[in-house]
Amino acid sequence: MASVSMTVNGKQVSATVDPRTLLAQFLREHLHLTGTHVGCDTSQCGACVVHVNGRAVKSCTTLAVSCDGATVTTIEGIGTADNLHPMQAAFRENHGLQCGFCTPGMIMSAIDIVNRKGNKLDEHTIREELEGNICRCTGYHNIVKAVAQGAAAMK
Amino acid sequence: MSAKTGVGAPVLRKEDFRFITGKGQYTDDINRQDQAHAYFLRSPHAHATIKKLDISAAKSAPGVLGVLTGDDLAADKIGGLICGWMIHNKDGSPMKAGAHPALAQGKVRYVGDHVAVVIADTYAQAKDAAEKIVVDYQVLPAVVDMNKAKSSAAIHDVAPDNVVYDWHLGDKAATDAAFSKAKHVTKIDLVNNRLIPNAMEPRAAIGDFDAGTGVYTLYTTSQNPHVARLVLSAFVGIAPEHKLRVIAPDVGGGFGSKIFIYAEETVCVWASKKVGRPVKWTADRTEAFLSDAHGRDHISHAELALDDKGKILGLRVQTKANLGAYLSTFSSCVPTYLYAPLLSGQYDIPAIYVEVEGIYTTTAPVDAYRGAGRPEATFLVERIIEKAARETGTDPATFRRKNFIKSFPHQTPVIMAYDTGNYTASLDLALEMADYKNFAKRKKDSAKNGKLRGIGFSAYIEACGIAPSAAVGSLGAGVGLWESAEIRVNPVGTVEVLTGSHSHGQGHETTFAQLVADRLGIDIDSVAVVHGDTDKVQFGMGTYGSRSGAVGMSAIVKAVDKVIAKGKKVAAYALEAAEKDIQFKDGRFSVAGTDKSLAFGEVALQAYIAHKFNGQDLEPGLKEGAFYDPTNFTFPSGVHICEVEIDPDTGTTDIVKWTAVDDFGNVINPMIVEGQVHGGIAQGVGQALLEGAHYNADGQLVTASYMDYTMPRADDLPSFDIGMTNTPCTTNPLGIKGCGEAGAIAAPPAVINAITDAVGHEDVPMPATPYAVWQACQKGARKLAAE
Amino acid sequence: MYAFNYHAPKTVRQAATLLAKNEDGKVLAGGQTLLPTMKQRLASPSALIDLNHAEGMSGIEQKGRNIVIGAMTRHADVATSAVVKNALPALAALAGGIGDPAVRNRGTIGGSIANNDPAADYPSAVLALGATIVTNKRKIAADDFFQGMFATALEEGEIIVKVSFPIPSKAAYEKFPNPASRYALVGVFVAKKGADVRVAVTGAGSNGVFRSKECEAALAARFNAKSLDGVKVSASGLNADMHASADYRAHLIPVMAKRAVDKALAK
Repeated sequence: MASVSMTVNGKQVSATVDPRTLLAQFLREHLHLTGTHVGCDTSQCGACVVHVNGRAVKSCTTLAVSCDGATVTTIEGIGTADNLHPMQAAFRENHGLQCGFCTPGMIMSAIDIVNRKGNKLDEHTIREELEGNICRCTGYHNIVKAVAQGAAAMK
Repeated sequence: MSAKTGVGAPVLRKEDFRFITGKGQYTDDINRQDQAHAYFLRSPHAHATIKKLDISAAKSAPGVLGVLTGDDLAADKIGGLICGWMIHNKDGSPMKAGAHPALAQGKVRYVGDHVAVVIADTYAQAKDAAEKIVVDYQVLPAVVDMNKAKSSAAIHDVAPDNVVYDWHLGDKAATDAAFSKAKHVTKIDLVNNRLIPNAMEPRAAIGDFDAGTGVYTLYTTSQNPHVARLVLSAFVGIAPEHKLRVIAPDVGGGFGSKIFIYAEETVCVWASKKVGRPVKWTADRTEAFLSDAHGRDHISHAELALDDKGKILGLRVQTKANLGAYLSTFSSCVPTYLYAPLLSGQYDIPAIYVEVEGIYTTTAPVDAYRGAGRPEATFLVERIIEKAARETGTDPATFRRKNFIKSFPHQTPVIMAYDTGNYTASLDLALEMADYKNFAKRKKDSAKNGKLRGIGFSAYIEACGIAPSAAVGSLGAGVGLWESAEIRVNPVGTVEVLTGSHSHGQGHETTFAQLVADRLGIDIDSVAVVHGDTDKVQFGMGTYGSRSGAVGMSAIVKAVDKVIAKGKKVAAYALEAAEKDIQFKDGRFSVAGTDKSLAFGEVALQAYIAHKFNGQDLEPGLKEGAFYDPTNFTFPSGVHICEVEIDPDTGTTDIVKWTAVDDFGNVINPMIVEGQVHGGIAQGVGQALLEGAHYNADGQLVTASYMDYTMPRADDLPSFDIGMTNTPCTTNPLGIKGCGEAGAIAAPPAVINAITDAVGHEDVPMPATPYAVWQACQKGARKLAAE
Repeated sequence: MYAFNYHAPKTVRQAATLLAKNEDGKVLAGGQTLLPTMKQRLASPSALIDLNHAEGMSGIEQKGRNIVIGAMTRHADVATSAVVKNALPALAALAGGIGDPAVRNRGTIGGSIANNDPAADYPSAVLALGATIVTNKRKIAADDFFQGMFATALEEGEIIVKVSFPIPSKAAYEKFPNPASRYALVGVFVAKKGADVRVAVTGAGSNGVFRSKECEAALAARFNAKSLDGVKVSASGLNADMHASADYRAHLIPVMAKRAVDKALAK
């Protein structure tokens, strides 16, 4: 077992975990933050994307113990139903989700794109930057619109 | 009722708040007190007998609560999984359905087949212990190639030649006669590639037995929890229905793959009593690839007879359909009754004859996947139509227009009676939106840049609103395919809508609320939609086959009408007027010719306090239920046009423009309908360009992860131009046809017709990967050089 | 994943000591390949020596005519580094095309090179640029480092500390991705330094990254895409799988090389 401490959504958390605990498992099973999803085993679908020290990472491909001392933000940490993050609002306003399973990772990746590429994003950039997030429902059409609108609204 | 939330308005989704804030409750998000975890030991072989299965070491491994096998199922008299649709052979004899135990009983039949389950305190312990199970396999030959299946090792004793059924539909003599008159016959050989559904949420289940009440609860990723309960009760024999509750909470996409009743949920719910703890299982992605029911997988030969004017005289089709190693829940009907009756497409074809052989192979079961049979039919029809147009030197739009059905209702030679449609209207709009008249110029411009440009059409039809119970019953279905609804009005006038439909992305919590709020003249936020729990909703047939609008909402309309009728009786007492004088409009019950009226909520309160009427004359309360059984299928149709540009140096295909014009009849929420079209097209493009399940000769699934199975990503797709036409369905109260599968049905032939147009010949397989298209470009160049 | 012992050394020296002590131990860098492999139980190290907390292992600097990159530097940092974009833009572009953004935020240059996946991008740059791999023990020339699929010159207990790339006069990388995994089906890195032209190919070879003598010979005469017209690369020794035959890969090598040369000259 190994001990790990991190700041998750602004709260300090510490735990003793089996070292093989992935960050995604730690969030879901230890902290009950089940908004972070696991959709594949090969680090490709992106349903598990969270921010570690401000950067998007795949929490299913990161050990929790590697994040000792880190600041982690999950979908639950960016906004609430009453006070949505602009990217969350944009996904709703553009019908950028259907089943909702990929959505948390999609939104966390989208915010990361804005952090890196700015508030004015064209369709080509958005489509390329979403390479690591797979959606089976929407055909991406409305996700692309949502990310563009959310990016502009994050200014 | 505000126009902003009424029927026809693009209302934003009510359910979104929980999904965008990470508060959705999918099955894997649920944890039961003291739950244990299941790991399934799966067959590494495509085909083998189990000579010996030694679980002793696993049983004593750390944390293990139980190791269960097919022998334990047999000892408990737990039945096998069933196929709910009986298909009859040409000679009238029944199809050959081999037994399908939830855990292997002496034999495994595909890689991923379930050998044993280990239940332990943690998932890691269960998986560790499973490695201690010793299985002595006698490996048998894999059966992968449908064309060789008849002479291969028998997979089930009941089907020594591996043929499940040999079925046909249509009039052979009339079709042969049509061909004898033909001036031109177009022939085509097609493979409809095998797909793996890949809902983003992997399947999961929690079985939870309550020893106090004797009730089992199953949380599961299901599109139809009541059907799951029915099968697990009546056929598998887990527990009678009143002792089994099935909950399908938020479900992360289905596309057909979560209709079926699988081994894993069966075992989890059964095992929860055996180990005395709740048992949870969540698939990893590779398990999903191996054991979710796959889709499509046809090999077909088709011939189209034309007269000297290019009018179609007849169509004949021979299809081999891969059904995998076992018959999954609805698998048998997919390549038969969901396929052959669609082979008339949008065309006036006087004679059709189709033969279908269902084949067992040592691969995962194949069942309904978005479109289910109808994409296979549309692919065949639209590919042979395109080829016929090319062979006769006719513009493909003109060829279609000439052969379209133009008067309705129209009876095809293959069961279906189309109620309505206007195929020319969709074609005209699509041609305009796609700027078809300037295509030749665009093709020239591409050629200047060394690129090959092509355009492809798909004029599809589907049969949705599944389905009239009497009709499907006569064709072999084991169930009726009606839907139920219940409207519970609370004393304050808020409403709960209980539906047997299930939402796993379709937005029912919004569209059903839109409909009910509109009809009752109340605020949409006063309406809650309840679904997915057999303890709450009495019964339902679930969501698939684009049926939730046409069938599910029709049931809701029936129940709403009953609520209004009862409300009139209550209002009559409350307003001291005759019932016949009560009118209901815009949320108010009023007495005709007076200014006396009550709002819907006031009538609801009167119904519950019952102060104004005698309970013997009129029952208190306001709650009504309805079952709706459709009288016909619905027939959504449309025209999609795909334009591609190909880089012949690499074979890369770029979809440069997508035009979709669909006729879904009346639409409740155009935003959600367009979203369904987008997603459907993406899956159809996936089939055409990217996706293909591949088993090697040993029966190993080569495409068992996203490293080898290509999922459509954002940069593989364009944005889509969507247009709509509307001929309202004449056979249901809302005029709805259904939209959930259209894109997946329409897209594949549009893409392949565009690529074959670009490369100048018909030999392009699906998926048309860069490698495949590069080969096609080489062949096209050789053909051009030879000409 | 199988159970393992976990160590988070603070220095390379500690890491090396731990690696020596733990038979069947493995170094964890970004983990973007190792962790999925372990999750699928295809690797079962007894211990993980996690370099994510080791100091002094990441960073980018220009030292004379070399770009020196610490082994734990993330792909995203190479892709966006002003130093790399200025002096060796081909490398920045290559790093910016590895995996996807989240993978690039985690994956490291040292991890990628040490793993030597036959379809990884970095080995082609290391080989074409004639980089030097600096370990805790020695310096290894690129030509000596890659020793076939997943095999390198690294010895037991040896850890990559940094990689030094000589700055070329012209360079570019072109990747034709596997449609599913998005790894290189064929990736070609061309580099010209003085009269020396090197063309390294990843993704195609059944024995990992290699130099294309055919392309190098054609480009040595004249560094121009036209020089590659008619150049045929032999399919022998190339990978064949469901995504691409050896012939298709062989065809793509000069196609990608041409595009890389055009890109290199466009700068």
